Amino acid sequence: MVLIDGMVIILLAIGIFFMFVGAIGLLRFPDFYTRLHATGKCDTLGEGLIILGLIVYHFFHYLRTPLVPVKLLFLILFIFIANPTATHAIVKAAYLTGLTPWRLGEERR
Amino acid sequence: MKRRRKWFEILVTFCIMFLFWILLSGLFDAFHLIAGVLCSVIVALISYDLLVKGKNEKMLLKCLRLLLYIPWELWQIVLANIDVAYRVLHPKMPIDPRVIEFETSLRSDFALVTLANSITLTPGTITIYVEHEEGKFWVHALAKEPGDALLVDQTMQRKVADVYMEW
Repeated sequence: MVLIDGMVIILLAIGIFFMFVGAIGLLRFPDFYTRLHATGKCDTLGEGLIILGLIVYHFFHYLRTPLVPVKLLFLILFIFIANPTATHAIVKAAYLTGLTPWRLGEERR
Repeated sequence: MKRRRKWFEILVTFCIMFLFWILLSGLFDAFHLIAGVLCSVIVALISYDLLVKGKNEKMLLKCLRLLLYIPWELWQIVLANIDVAYRVLHPKMPIDPRVIEFETSLRSDFALVTLANSITLTPGTITIYVEHEEGKFWVHALAKEPGDALLVDQTMQRKVADVYMEW
């Protein structure tokens, strides 16, 4: 059990690290498009790893409800489909509206 | 022939819906199973043509190939996420954003969606726009290296083309 708990803690820690990096990127990056790079996708892996940690925890601690890990697995699947689609929709809307991407050497926006 | 096709689609939709019902409810008494069958039948009759597109042959083979493609894609996501984390946390922030465009041999909707979502999922690149007829992609890349992976190496395009057999 100690081994499993350690694994869960490591998974959660890595997941939170990537969410944290996404938040820092949102603050540091210079314009709209680059900020979406940080938030839209570090979040995908971060959420995936956090939910993976929950799956491992639930699977070994609550053996009587084996359907819950499967539901959580579906949650990961749907996040991995919905997140890039939403990011793509936002970027496409910005690009078609005429927002020019930031190039190296320009000022922060 | 067309009628049989339709009933086959309804049956497949019904099976998927009912499996999902069992998964989500987790109860196996008569009331919940019968309610599940009724709901699945109604949903399958209304929306059979949305889930299963009947005209595509070799669907099962493509699904199997897609399952083989997913682990590679997950590994790419991890590698690329570490790369973006490095760029975010580096004091000098080594980014050089650019918009790149390239053409692919992909034509079908499924293949284009898979490639577009794969590009957006691997950090460092976001699909901006997809030209449907010519398989043309506009991609926003965070720096030179993630863009070059799509422009020069084209590993991802070849993998997706392999999955859907559209060279």
